[in-house]
Amino acid sequence: MSGIPHDHYQPKPGFQTWLHSRLPIVGLGYDALTIPTPKNLNWMWIWGIVLTFCLAMQIVTGIVLAMHYTPNTALAFASVEHIMRDVNGGVMLRYLHANGASLFFFAVYCHIFRSLYYGSYKAPREVTWIIGMIIYFLMIVTAFMGYVLPWGQMSFWGATVITGLFGAIPGVGTALQEWLLGGFAVDNATLNRFFSLHYLLPFVITGLVGVHIWAFHTTGNNNPTGVEVRRGSKEEAERDTLPFWPYFVIKDLLALSLILMVFFAVVGFMPNFLGHPDNYIQANPLATPAHIVPEWYLLPFYAILRAFDNTVWAVQLVQFLTFGIVDAKLFGVLAMVSAILVMAMAPWLDTSSVRSGRYRPMFKWWFAILVVDFVVLMWVGSQAPSGLTGWIGLIASTYWFAYFLVVLPLLGVLEKPLLQPATIEDDFKSHYANPAE
Amino acid sequence: MFRKIAISAVSALTLMTGAAMAAEGAKTVDVAFSFQGPFGTFDEQQLQRGLQVYTEVCSACHGLKFLRIGALAEEGGPRLPEEQVKAYARNLTVVDKDTGEERVATPADLFPANVLAGAPDLSVMAKARAGFSGPYGLGTNQLLKGMGGPEHIYSILIGFTGEEIEQAGVTLYGNTAFPGGYMAMSNLSLSADQVTYADGTEGTMENYSEDVSAFLMWAAEPKMMVRKQSGFKAVILLGLLSVMLYLTNKKLWAGVKSKKTA
Repeated sequence: MSGIPHDHYQPKPGFQTWLHSRLPIVGLGYDALTIPTPKNLNWMWIWGIVLTFCLAMQIVTGIVLAMHYTPNTALAFASVEHIMRDVNGGVMLRYLHANGASLFFFAVYCHIFRSLYYGSYKAPREVTWIIGMIIYFLMIVTAFMGYVLPWGQMSFWGATVITGLFGAIPGVGTALQEWLLGGFAVDNATLNRFFSLHYLLPFVITGLVGVHIWAFHTTGNNNPTGVEVRRGSKEEAERDTLPFWPYFVIKDLLALSLILMVFFAVVGFMPNFLGHPDNYIQANPLATPAHIVPEWYLLPFYAILRAFDNTVWAVQLVQFLTFGIVDAKLFGVLAMVSAILVMAMAPWLDTSSVRSGRYRPMFKWWFAILVVDFVVLMWVGSQAPSGLTGWIGLIASTYWFAYFLVVLPLLGVLEKPLLQPATIEDDFKSHYANPAE
Repeated sequence: MFRKIAISAVSALTLMTGAAMAAEGAKTVDVAFSFQGPFGTFDEQQLQRGLQVYTEVCSACHGLKFLRIGALAEEGGPRLPEEQVKAYARNLTVVDKDTGEERVATPADLFPANVLAGAPDLSVMAKARAGFSGPYGLGTNQLLKGMGGPEHIYSILIGFTGEEIEQAGVTLYGNTAFPGGYMAMSNLSLSADQVTYADGTEGTMENYSEDVSAFLMWAAEPKMMVRKQSGFKAVILLGLLSVMLYLTNKKLWAGVKSKKTA
């Protein structure tokens, strides 16, 4: 399936040939498992398997939880307590699922920032990147809906705030919001449709993950040098690569096992650390919590949403120029959506001919600031709005956009890249001596 | 009647702001509970004393509507003998789900809900409050001291200042641990020597508060011990798996690379 020359599946005479000529499914699996993989991949290339594991774990635990959960505003909170108290293994199922979302997002952020640093999004992997961004977006939607299901205070008020954002859209906003909610406010209809979609979307994600893998198996993996695998002949390609099985499967499983050790320690010993205590209070439409915050993994975008209030001159200017159609609320919503959109546009915004950040002396610093910026935004998102956090949030949000819209396009012109190794083999040999030589 | 509604309204309000604001300003005392940390376990005797305090004092107003009475006999809890649990249930009346009539409870029933409208249900209270936020919103305090739920309950019980104010015809009681400093629950709800412990433990406010806070933590998460054990098993097994995978990986790659010595 990949463009890198390698040995393909050869069915043995008999049943294998019979099946292969009718359904080449064994060949598909064989070619996917033995795909030539750059031998210099470092430990940042293990997140794919962690993410695949997370998806499987969330689906399995989720399906069992759904057997015991009741999507009804009067019964949902009690049914979660029923799972925690009466269902066999229910305590572990629920905490695995809830904390599993955190592991999922932690892994996806590592995965995304790895791509951003090593230029994995650049040609010819733009489609892999775009599919990945769609998966990430669906993950956000799925996680948000999942958080509503326990029907605690944060569930209810989080849903109220986020669905309220649709109301900011001029003209159709209110109609759209009511259509989404199935009523005028977050209520039983909302809970039911969120449950339905929370069950559906993971399977859409699964399909897209298949396409994501298909896409990068077609282009071949990127690698820390960003230099392409030589494809002139099979021998040449074999000097740059190793088959995925067993070399990278075992390496990835080792990483997964170590990460799961930490994960199970969190689930076993402090499962509520990442949650909000308010979600153990049953939803009450009459009492607004003092401070509504989303889960930690959505905080950076929540910070961007809140950063642009009507004291910002840019917001005032846009409001004036659009005759008030784009007010502060809509501006915030647009900023939040655009924050992901500009990231998705990275392949076309990055003008540098060099893929890997390793050989880009100026880029390295801007990228490091972006990582810090992301963490700062996360912190700002968790804080009650105040003068100081407002300013920090505004600066950090601005940098997020500036990185993609200004820094990436300009660096390609201004920066003088370092010398890249000619081949992956050269890079590998500079780190490891071949025992055979 | 009006008084009752007003109390409900005020306590509903204060209840909601409670969790989020426990962080801000309100003082939470750090208590060294036996169940803290990965190795911590519930102290059966303490849970039994806490149950006694709950039964004799708290249950006059509050409820535990998600807790099954029979759970009192389960491992990792107060572990009352079956007979005692049955006797305990016989003292309670519940509304039968099928007939809609009141009847004597059995261990299969849930604890009764709150008696006083506005007195919050305590089933998951120990998880619905947090004590140690920060510093600077980073949450590392909770990493070291725990979430602070039971500590918050403890701090409320010993935090009364004796001050009283009247707001909208409702008397509120000064409390150093409560967000805003005043709460609907009276400082006279619980007092020293009110409950006589069977095991001879001294009837001080500190003992009552600690015992009932521990009991409420158990009520909020009766499967805590099971959860920690599962965590241990998983971490140990994954540790073994990691060692084996490490060795496999090392051997596998040895033919391809070896660390450059120079």
